[in-house]
Amino acid sequence: MGSKVNRSFYGYIFVAPFFIGFAVFGLMPILYTLYLSFMKWDGFSDPVYVGLANYSRLLHDSFFYQTIGNTLIIWILSNVPQLILSVLLALVLNERFIRGKHFFRAVYFFPHIITPVTLGVIFSLMFDWQTGTINKLLMSLGIIHDPVNWFNSPWWSRIIASGVICWQYFGFNMIVFIAGLQGIPREVYEAAEVDGASKKQTALHITLPLLRPVFLFVFITSVIGGLQLFDAPLMLGDGPGNSSRTMVMYLYETAFKNFDYSYGAAVAYGIFFVVMFFTAITAKASKLKD
Amino acid sequence: MAKILTRGILYLFLIAVAATCLLPFYSMIITSTHANSDIARRLLLIPGDQFLDNYARLKDTVNIWRGFGNTVLITVTSTIINVYFAALAGYGFSKYNFKYKNVLFLFVLGTMMIPGQLGIIGFFKLMDSLNMLNTYWPLILPSIHNAFGIFLMRQFADSSVPTEIIESGRMDGYGEWQIFNRIVLPIMSPGLATLGIFAFIGKWNDFLTPMIVLFDNNLQTLPVMIASLKSQFTSDFGAQYVGIVIAVVPILVFFSFMSKRIIDGVAAGAVKG
Repeated sequence: MGSKVNRSFYGYIFVAPFFIGFAVFGLMPILYTLYLSFMKWDGFSDPVYVGLANYSRLLHDSFFYQTIGNTLIIWILSNVPQLILSVLLALVLNERFIRGKHFFRAVYFFPHIITPVTLGVIFSLMFDWQTGTINKLLMSLGIIHDPVNWFNSPWWSRIIASGVICWQYFGFNMIVFIAGLQGIPREVYEAAEVDGASKKQTALHITLPLLRPVFLFVFITSVIGGLQLFDAPLMLGDGPGNSSRTMVMYLYETAFKNFDYSYGAAVAYGIFFVVMFFTAITAKASKLKD
Repeated sequence: MAKILTRGILYLFLIAVAATCLLPFYSMIITSTHANSDIARRLLLIPGDQFLDNYARLKDTVNIWRGFGNTVLITVTSTIINVYFAALAGYGFSKYNFKYKNVLFLFVLGTMMIPGQLGIIGFFKLMDSLNMLNTYWPLILPSIHNAFGIFLMRQFADSSVPTEIIESGRMDGYGEWQIFNRIVLPIMSPGLATLGIFAFIGKWNDFLTPMIVLFDNNLQTLPVMIASLKSQFTSDFGAQYVGIVIAVVPILVFFSFMSKRIIDGVAAGAVKG
């Protein structure tokens, strides 16, 4: 009957807004950015075709390589402690005897829903060397005598940026790990108990291997998200010698502060390439273990 | 005995981590109630009485409640658009058969892999040529395409919208749109709420896009205003702290009522992802 054709027509109608929206607000900007990356354009005069000039400039741009390095350093410094902490907390909170589970989960998750920009400003105020709470606290405890100028040190700048990210995400990943733990059937643990496995053996040889898909999910999302760090690090500043400037901060500064839109477009594609490269490595590494 | 000791250590660990999560916010609220001279001089642990003075100086320079209202307007509108179109497409993928359906769905999932900032310069230029700069359209309209939302809503429609109810709607002479709006949407409301929370938080925190597309201070959103506090109040730390309190406390109140729902939503979304 005709109604069948009619219904599949509605199927197209219902999914169409996504594709139209994506074409206009997602795909066209991406293609336009690609076009601009082959141009010379300052936003005022007409764009001029320059071929691969922006990309060859990018390949020799030591500032860009530095931001890749900074982003990777901040990514490692924030994600390694963050993953350890979130797995540990998930294992502890999954124990039956712990009370106040919901309270702890809620408190750990809370930093995650605060606007990243606000977190960045809070930390930059807390670590301000003249008025910040951290210096005042360390001085009253007698740990230091003179205030430390945190943001004048390349490594402290990176560590503070990583600390904010770690602090913001561990609660979220902990929730994901707890959800994964609760997906493991109780019989598996009962069988382990019957076989006389200790708590540590159960955790290492049963729980963690069964959590592998969850680890993969957390890892890939943290690679994609972690390499695009922007909001909170921007509030903490570039650091001395640009030591805490991330890739996306460089994109933002190039395009929207120096108005070099065409070179910014090449930087955007450079970042895309770097993110894809590390995502592929992560996906491959996790498959190799099979 | 050893058991009690282990448990004690575990609780200490949990409490120590909880303290690290809350102390920055405590310190921020306390500091906002003190005069600049005290903030610079000593460690502040108990509330002072300068909050209103700090607030008055903040309000003289930054129209922070205007920013708050703007953010509410943008976030609520985007969330409604986001949830409605995600549910529509998720339902379309779940209950209708059409050619290339699976390819199209894979395409939707594939768009999730694209880093958000890749097209930002082209987006800015496109909005410029559509005369949409300095308006809310660039912040609201892109909510139509939310791939993650479609994924979540398809799962939800698969598991909780019975096909029989759609058939009975057709028997009663409803059109396909009416069936979706009057029968399917109400059934999907728990899923809509979960997606709505994600969409709301994401939009509320949006920073880069409003910063580049809005020029007018009266149109600006709260996160961009918070970001500019530092340059506007170079040495007036009291006013900066008050600004942050205004940005954080409403979220704290919202979260204390909704925490269970939000956390369950995150867990459900993660398991499905």
